[in-house]
Amino acid sequence: MRFILKTSYDQDIRLAQHGGHVFWYAVLLLALLTAPWWMGEYGLAQLTFILIYGTVGLGLMLLSGYTGLFSLGHAAFLGVGAYTQGLLASQGWPFPASLALAAGLSAAVGVVVGLPALRVKGVYLGIATMAFGFIAEEVFARWESVTGGNAGLSVAQVQMFGWTADGSTPFYFVCLVVTVLCTLVVVNLLRSPTGRAFVAIRDSEISAQSMGIHLARYKTLSFATSAALAGIGGALYAHQIRFLSPEQFNIIQSIDLLLMVVIGGLGSVHGAFLGAIFLIGLPQAIAAVKDWLPDAIGQAPGLKAVVYGAVLIAFVLFEPLGLYGRWLKVRTWFQMFPFYRKGMFKRQKAFTRSDRLR
Amino acid sequence: MQALQVLISGVAQGCIYGLIALGFVLIYKATEAVSFAQGELMMLGAFLGLVLLNTLGWPFWVVVPSAIAAMALFGMMAERAVIRPVLGQPTFSIVMLTIGIGYVARGAVTMIPAIGTETHTLPVPYKDAVWRLAGLVLAVEQLVVIAITALLCLALYLLFSRAKVGIAMQAASQNQLAAYYMGIPVKSLNALVWGLAAAVAAIAGLLLAPITFVHANMGFIGLKAFPAAVVGGFGSLPGAIVGGLLIGVVESLAGFYLPEGFKDVAAYVVVLIVLVVMPNGLFGEKLRKKV
Repeated sequence: MRFILKTSYDQDIRLAQHGGHVFWYAVLLLALLTAPWWMGEYGLAQLTFILIYGTVGLGLMLLSGYTGLFSLGHAAFLGVGAYTQGLLASQGWPFPASLALAAGLSAAVGVVVGLPALRVKGVYLGIATMAFGFIAEEVFARWESVTGGNAGLSVAQVQMFGWTADGSTPFYFVCLVVTVLCTLVVVNLLRSPTGRAFVAIRDSEISAQSMGIHLARYKTLSFATSAALAGIGGALYAHQIRFLSPEQFNIIQSIDLLLMVVIGGLGSVHGAFLGAIFLIGLPQAIAAVKDWLPDAIGQAPGLKAVVYGAVLIAFVLFEPLGLYGRWLKVRTWFQMFPFYRKGMFKRQKAFTRSDRLR
Repeated sequence: MQALQVLISGVAQGCIYGLIALGFVLIYKATEAVSFAQGELMMLGAFLGLVLLNTLGWPFWVVVPSAIAAMALFGMMAERAVIRPVLGQPTFSIVMLTIGIGYVARGAVTMIPAIGTETHTLPVPYKDAVWRLAGLVLAVEQLVVIAITALLCLALYLLFSRAKVGIAMQAASQNQLAAYYMGIPVKSLNALVWGLAAAVAAIAGLLLAPITFVHANMGFIGLKAFPAAVVGGFGSLPGAIVGGLLIGVVESLAGFYLPEGFKDVAAYVVVLIVLVVMPNGLFGEKLRKKV
């Protein structure tokens, strides 16, 4: 077991708490940097998808996991970012500029959607964002002069200042740089007063308010940041998939994103990436075991949905803290070896009807 | 005349939304949980009716009550197996759980060979019949929907105002703990509410099946019933029906008078406006927390 002797208050909010963190994150970064040489073409494409979904997941995690506002329309922000990027890239804008604009536009839309969030909460907010998602999908499909409608829009490759990312390896590095930067921004945001305000709002709005947190401002900020991250993810998604059509940004995609953060573990930055690994890895895992199953099950079109649903149910029932929570438990078990107790991660059940009273 | 006809078909569609929304509201009132699986329960009910009617060849008047009863049983079992263990956890968990149930239901139906992936019509006795009334041409299917919804509303009203079980449900929905202390078996009531919601969903499915088709994705109509429930105020049973009617009428009028594309989003535009203007809905209860 590791004991950290605290000698200054800064130690509490330091990014790397101890030498172990530095070592393992360095190993991870090294592995990611050398991935093109040991992953193979297919693996690299999957890794790129994990990075992209991880970025979107970070945004949703900030909103759902840390601010406690849940959104069933996040695919719309993804779509706004993707279409903005697609259009600007075809007009020859350099990548950083178009990425910034995609993020900015998504954030602006996020602020607009966040406005009802100031008045409604809980389920109502979910339904408001879901309604927005449906409307956005319809707009993508009908605004043909800009989005190409249902015929779709093809996207050029990443290019900036005379350099073009042709091939999967250069694009992978673009994604890696963007994702690492986004992660650093989010981690830094979360240890700043702003991030603490988000967490306070999640835990109790009334107590947050009485501590002097301006609810409207911070909720809007959370929505905007979350939407901007989703927009950045969408911009990368556009370049990765190279072809955009409205049905990529429908309610199923929104639910998938939500499923990703829940399975990853709400309220942890790691969870966003673990969830992304799960979301991208599960279809591969299903494809791998498909041939072992009898045809009636293995070749059925609904298999993926059943597995997704069953895994989701299992996680909510048995591991509400998600994959990251499971890892924490395993780690704690090893750290405290003979003294781990079952109730250490037990959550208090609340039977009060807090949702209806405000 | 044409406008009137559009209005009636809107009312019929609205009744379906209202019935599904009724399921949401029942569950929300009783357990403070929002079920995203209501549309899928409706789909299961319709498929069950289809299998009993087509594959097993049961007569129609036997199929309807048995499908409804089977779905009620399914709802109770689902409550016992997965919902009860997470009661008391944040709403979010239950929302995700019901989304999971919806996924499993949709996937499982698709996996049934030769039935799940196809689109079917439910051969009801009143299929394609029309009534001509003073220049109006009314599809009997739509009239049946409206009539059954009205009957069901009456039955539910009687249940909640006269029957002992209904009053116990009201008590449990207002304060579970107090109801429990009064000797009301809150847990089995919750199971009963889920059963009731599943039965109402099955009725909605059987009513909707002749109008549209039976297929695995018909459950997505449940997502349009959410606006109905919100417009009516999430905790109000009459509100759910009124909200459903409103959404249905607005939708069919938008389909008739506005350019293509507005019909699909009309429900969502209405719900956004209602949420911004009156967040509690038309019939929502206004509760304040006393500190």
